[in-house]
Amino acid sequence: MPSADDLKRRIESALPGAQVNVEDLTGGGDHFRAEIVSERFDGLTRIEQHKLVYGVFGDEVGGPIHALSIKTSTPTGDPA
Amino acid sequence: MTNTEIKDFIENAIQENQVMLFMKGTPHQPACGFSARTSACLNALGVKYAALDILPDPRIREELSGLSGWPTIPQLFVDGELVGGCDIVTEMFETGELAEKLGVEQPEEEPEVQQPQRAPLGLENRLD
Repeated sequence: MPSADDLKRRIESALPGAQVNVEDLTGGGDHFRAEIVSERFDGLTRIEQHKLVYGVFGDEVGGPIHALSIKTSTPTGDPA
Repeated sequence: MTNTEIKDFIENAIQENQVMLFMKGTPHQPACGFSARTSACLNALGVKYAALDILPDPRIREELSGLSGWPTIPQLFVDGELVGGCDIVTEMFETGELAEKLGVEQPEEEPEVQQPQRAPLGLENRLD
């Protein structure tokens, strides 16, 4: 069962330099919320930004990671 | 129904409905909090939309995610394109972008989110 720290580390290694905050919403290790600030999101649509994050976990989202709520932004504060 | 038929059905639904929501449960009886919130945003905007419950057959979700590249439910499509799931739809509702995209006025009221109801007992619920 993944922990919030596991998810945080995996996102950070996939998006070097990103500020990542992951919360386990239920304490059950299956509903998470991730807030990520990364330069990599610059110029991408929200869909593309979220897909980048989902892509880190592949099939685990919807499987062991039942729900992953995502909020993305760039260091300039521009959401999309 | 074969997987190909399901895929064709989903593709048609996305093409034929300007605003198409794939969700768990229905807008009247959402079966998941994320689906409830997403349909509540559309209800608050007063737009006409089509909704499909993905729960009756697990292949609907598999084929849908295969088409969209989006792993979770709900998924909202507008004009044949994926807009996003609950997070993006909620964010776009709050900023007024969703109203703009759908060509309607931003409502003054907050979306009225229904308490999700458990779907009829099935494997998916037992494993939840």
